[in-house]
Amino acid sequence: MEAVQKRIRTDGTSLMVRGFGYTFIGLFAICCLVPFLVVLGTSFTNEASIAKNGFNIWPREFTTFAYKIVFENPDLIIGSYFVTIGLTIVGTVVGLFLVAMTGYALQRPDFEQRNSISFFIYFTTLFSGGLVPFYLLIKQYLHLGDNYLAVLLPGLMSPFLIIMMKSFTKSIPHAITESAKIDGAGDFTIFMRLILPMTTPALATIGLFIALGYWNEWYNAMLFLSPDMKYRPLQLFLYNVITSADFIRNSSAASNVPLRDMPLESMKMATAVVATGPVILFYPFVQRYFIQGITVGAVKG
Amino acid sequence: MCAPAILFFAIFAYLPMPGLYLAFIRYNYTDGIFKSAFIGLDNFRFLVMTGDLWRLTANTILYNLAFIILGNFLQIFIAILLNELRKKWFKKVSQTIMFLPFFISFVIIGLIAYNILSYDYGMLNSLLKSVGADPVKTYSNPHVWPFIIIITYLWQSTGYGSIVYFAAIMGLDSEVVEAAEIDGANALQRIRYIVLPWLKPTFIILLLFSLGGVLRGNFGLFYNLVGANNTSLYATTDIIETYVFRSLMNNFNFSMGSAVSLYQSVFGFFVVITANWLVKKASPDNSLF
Repeated sequence: MEAVQKRIRTDGTSLMVRGFGYTFIGLFAICCLVPFLVVLGTSFTNEASIAKNGFNIWPREFTTFAYKIVFENPDLIIGSYFVTIGLTIVGTVVGLFLVAMTGYALQRPDFEQRNSISFFIYFTTLFSGGLVPFYLLIKQYLHLGDNYLAVLLPGLMSPFLIIMMKSFTKSIPHAITESAKIDGAGDFTIFMRLILPMTTPALATIGLFIALGYWNEWYNAMLFLSPDMKYRPLQLFLYNVITSADFIRNSSAASNVPLRDMPLESMKMATAVVATGPVILFYPFVQRYFIQGITVGAVKG
Repeated sequence: MCAPAILFFAIFAYLPMPGLYLAFIRYNYTDGIFKSAFIGLDNFRFLVMTGDLWRLTANTILYNLAFIILGNFLQIFIAILLNELRKKWFKKVSQTIMFLPFFISFVIIGLIAYNILSYDYGMLNSLLKSVGADPVKTYSNPHVWPFIIIITYLWQSTGYGSIVYFAAIMGLDSEVVEAAEIDGANALQRIRYIVLPWLKPTFIILLLFSLGGVLRGNFGLFYNLVGANNTSLYATTDIIETYVFRSLMNNFNFSMGSAVSLYQSVFGFFVVITANWLVKKASPDNSLF
């Protein structure tokens, strides 16, 4: 490819398209990045300076006061971290295992009910009971209010991920399953010993999707975990810091800083940085797998 | 091996469905579902008469159409441009950055929007003040919200979507492109006659999926940007999901919430069937079922 490109003289139009591409994508990427920098910058800015100059990327009056107050009582934020990390690990491992198993089974040509079960799963994307019956089910019938299971369970599987897994495993020749069967392996052994190791790229991608879902989860947490619960998932914790005055009042009392001196705005941003930080640091490493996975998925359709 | 999945969807997706019966009663907490008065279609009649149903439908569908049309356009546009670039490091870095907003929670996105739009400290008003213009009160002006919501959506989802399309372009046989280049096709001609037709099936599949959800709102986006209780913005920001959420968490009007959900499911179902039928007619290979 490289050699061919060198041989052909690039014409003017193509060069213009390329130049436009660099400019447009460069600008778009900057637009994607700047808001994060503003949050970061504001978290380090003196509150009086915010009141005077507004939010900014570069702190005009640098201070770590907001972080000091956020970490004055690290108990809450550390607890939230543990809840989120726990939910993410358990949810991803269990969910990934179930999705992989279902996806594999649903594409096996010798599995007769595969079409009706696929439809059973797919139909839930077309028609649903909606929020109110779902809420009543979790709260009044399963009695999962104020229980982390209310956040964990609904996130385990989704039709989208199962369909994705199904089309991934389709590329594994059925002959492998058949020959293993002849050798006397059971379906479950085949899945664990043969199929799982062969689907690592798919598992990585789908696992990342599930993990990301749990890390960013706040909706079910907001619906089902009441404010009486001390430790709530990180995003819900952040949501409360952003929206509730109570939180500010409590931390003002706990840190012996009078309410009027509390760095309200920079505290919100500092909490956001603390809640997002690890993901962003982790991000460049996992992002590659995401792109790979999406790539494989897209080509297979 | 499918047993856990069957159980899972039976409990979390099918078990709530009979609960749609709530839409036909006047639910009150003391009597419970089975003893509350059956009132037939009165809930729906009320929704039509107050104009709520019309507003919710219009908002939900118009936002989604804007998301689908502008979103796909921008994603394809960026994917094609990415494909034209030659510097590897630039492609990698820009993809990484553009993908970043997809990676964070809507809570953070809501905070970022506040960061830019807040009346007192927002970047937008700082900018306006610095050029001598009057600051704007974004959070009480319903007319600006369609722009804000659509821009935020594009900001958040374009990186991800363009990777999907970019990946599809990667599947294009490089010999075809080379042959065209040898024949003297310039970039625009290659895009017009090779890349765009090649992307059509991917586009149709994604379009079908998104049309299926045309009556489903992106709750996280709307709730965190606007909040569910900002009455002054309802006219342009209230979608089906935020309405149902309010009926559950604020007014405890379970029946009305269920009525809207039922309407959403039934109407949405017909939209999918119609979309699928249209695609089947136009190009039989690309339909979902």
